[in-house]
Amino acid sequence: MSDAPQPLRIGAAIDGAGAHPAAWRVARAEPAELFTAGHYAELAREAERGALDFVTLDDSLALQDDTGQTVRGRLDALLTLTRIAPETTTVGLVPTVTTTHTEPFHVSKAVATLDHVSLGRAGWRVQVSTTEAESRHFGRRPVAERPRLWTEAAAVADVVGRLWDSWEDDAEIRDTATGRFVDTDRLHYVDFSGPGWSVRGPSITPRPPQGHPLVVVRADSEEAESAAAAVADVVLVAPTEHGAATALRARIRAAAERAGRDPAHVSVLADLRVLLAEDTATAFNRRDRLDSLAAPPVREAGLRFTGTPHDLAARILDWTGAVDGFTLYPAVLPDDLSAFVDGVVPLLRQAGALRPGSPTATLRGRFGLPRAGNRYARA
Amino acid sequence: MTTPRKQIRLAAHFPGVNNTTVWSDPASRSQIDFSSFVHLARTAERGGFDFFFLAEGLRLREHQGRIHDLDVVGRPDTLAVLAGLAAVTRHLGLAGTLSATYNEPYELARQLASLDHLSDGRAAWNVVTTSDAFTGENFRRGGYLDHADRYERAAAFVRAARGWWDSWSADALAGGRDRPTFVNEGGVRRFAQTDRFFAVEGESTVPRSPQGHPVVIQAGDSVQGRDFAAANADVIFSRHGGLEQGRDFYADVKGRLGGYGRSPEDLLIMPAATFVVAGTAAEAEERARHIRYQQVSGQTAIRSLEQVWGRDLSAYDPDGPLPDVEPDPGNTAISQGRAGRVKDPLAQVRAWRELAEAKKLSIRDLVVETTARQTFVGTPDGVAAQLDEHVQTKACDGFVLVPHLTPGGLDDFVDLVVPLLRERGVLRTEYTGATLRENLGLPAPR
Repeated sequence: MSDAPQPLRIGAAIDGAGAHPAAWRVARAEPAELFTAGHYAELAREAERGALDFVTLDDSLALQDDTGQTVRGRLDALLTLTRIAPETTTVGLVPTVTTTHTEPFHVSKAVATLDHVSLGRAGWRVQVSTTEAESRHFGRRPVAERPRLWTEAAAVADVVGRLWDSWEDDAEIRDTATGRFVDTDRLHYVDFSGPGWSVRGPSITPRPPQGHPLVVVRADSEEAESAAAAVADVVLVAPTEHGAATALRARIRAAAERAGRDPAHVSVLADLRVLLAEDTATAFNRRDRLDSLAAPPVREAGLRFTGTPHDLAARILDWTGAVDGFTLYPAVLPDDLSAFVDGVVPLLRQAGALRPGSPTATLRGRFGLPRAGNRYARA
Repeated sequence: MTTPRKQIRLAAHFPGVNNTTVWSDPASRSQIDFSSFVHLARTAERGGFDFFFLAEGLRLREHQGRIHDLDVVGRPDTLAVLAGLAAVTRHLGLAGTLSATYNEPYELARQLASLDHLSDGRAAWNVVTTSDAFTGENFRRGGYLDHADRYERAAAFVRAARGWWDSWSADALAGGRDRPTFVNEGGVRRFAQTDRFFAVEGESTVPRSPQGHPVVIQAGDSVQGRDFAAANADVIFSRHGGLEQGRDFYADVKGRLGGYGRSPEDLLIMPAATFVVAGTAAEAEERARHIRYQQVSGQTAIRSLEQVWGRDLSAYDPDGPLPDVEPDPGNTAISQGRAGRVKDPLAQVRAWRELAEAKKLSIRDLVVETTARQTFVGTPDGVAAQLDEHVQTKACDGFVLVPHLTPGGLDDFVDLVVPLLRERGVLRTEYTGATLRENLGLPAPR
């Protein structure tokens, strides 16, 4: 791996009306529109217009708390991003998918199918379900402690990948001479034992175009960080200081290396909450208005930027080298995403911080990752 | 004054992973590329079909302990591919077969309601109860569900799903941005259900979807299945048994609805049907015969017999006479992951031997003769007339058409038969309903 600076990888969260809790009160979309495909397709295309690398859509199997002022309700994130895949062409699609109450077999084929439908642009953010509410929705198992949930999540990510590999790329032979559609020597039982469950395999879904869609983990606890080091291609973090970010990235990459992985294949992206305007005073006025409608959490993690596109570009360039890129959380959608695309992207491009030329075909390619090899294929 | 003719309901079944689907034909394309799904779905929509239909199989089929390799293998995730199709169609219903055994009500109800939002009201769910230990090896739940419990669990599952679908009121998000709260007061209700199968409680994350409840389909012809459908379903996906049998089934099922406080038109009966059309009746017959022999290769014929005999018959010549060995009725597990199982292998073998003897049939001829005959074979006009007769004389409300080729297997039907059905005034020329439920003429959910 050369020491030449890698291009920054930038994604955008396109949840609801925006990241600010009061976003729905000022956003262009009516509340009911937040539950339509058109809303998310428009946002993903906006990210695509700025040549961003991916969009994320969060998910949870519990309804958001009733604070009165904030958005409640959400659609299944994986289905939403699969729905908009045919309406986009280059942007990566990364839904959150939970592992605690779901079936690993279903998760594997669902993410594989997002990859098939999007022609190689799929990823998934691995997430656990920690709440009593989620547990009661299923009535199958009590709430478990975080360490157990993340141990299981890592096992789920492992078997999900094994199921992707359970079909070799050339398993389908359509050999009319012998009458065989598949070569059964190139289909594999995974025979995986997870904590309290097992999966026989093979998958019912042929290997996805990328081999392995991108695995994303938010390292927001010690346990999640361990799982990230074991399974994630992309690790999401929320440092606020440059020095802390550098140290965090080094720590995650070292842990990945100890887990027998190539640390150069693990990208660490910092959260970046953005609220933009033509001038700083207007930006702060917007911020004040939003905060007066619904106050953001007091201890909100991660970088928060309120100001002009020019100053944001400078801030991002300051952080080059500390992290591999950023996940944007636009305060209001599409406003702050559009302002980023129009005002910040050109400056980053001028500075040579973004990948030049047209984007590569797959999401793995955008992260400089080769197509994944298959653990079951004979050399 | 004549009464208007009853409209024919049509669904397009994406070719499946059994030998009905011919992959050896040069026109056969990918069973997994999204473009194949797009082609079939758009063809169906061009033909005014009501919905697109996907079957389910959650484990690759096996024969004699090996993955069955003679038929198409591999399919996408049902819900995800239907979500993708919502982007490339506007009116076509999107029906997925989804197990009530290897899913949990909260998650599946949420996914279906999401699909309903994402398709502007076109989601449908074919409830199946398959629950063998073989498939269970891919799931947390594992194991086998007692046969008698399958429909009870499915009914409890559907009850729970409807509970979650009803948990948001239709006007929960009504009003603009200036309301005091995002969800109007009382907009979300808690739902709880405790029974033999589930102990679940809480709030759905999905606002009430455009159809209220996605259309519910039930597959299966058994008495238990009929009652389940009469109580729970909007559509019944049945086996085709010809005009007479169809009329009996139709009368029986529609007759059960009153017992559940429903009207006969609240449940549509749509049997699976295959078809071959050509310029003349003779050409169609010849083409149908050619397709049947594509569907039943010599190897496929031997494996079909092995499922009944329960033993290895690979030493037999498919073009020769039936095996002289006796079946092993105890060995029903020779083939795994298939729908349906032979109930009385000894009687089956006896009947087949008599038939083969009488008609001088080889093994392959026999399997072609007994398993592969298409439902409708003829000229476009002949096929249109047959379909229409079935619907007008109450043998069914329409059909789930099963093409034998991916993805072009519906092209001829839509190009040649659909215009004739439209001429007869029994098939829509444009969609008039806003949702699948409306296009099917079904009442709003109770």
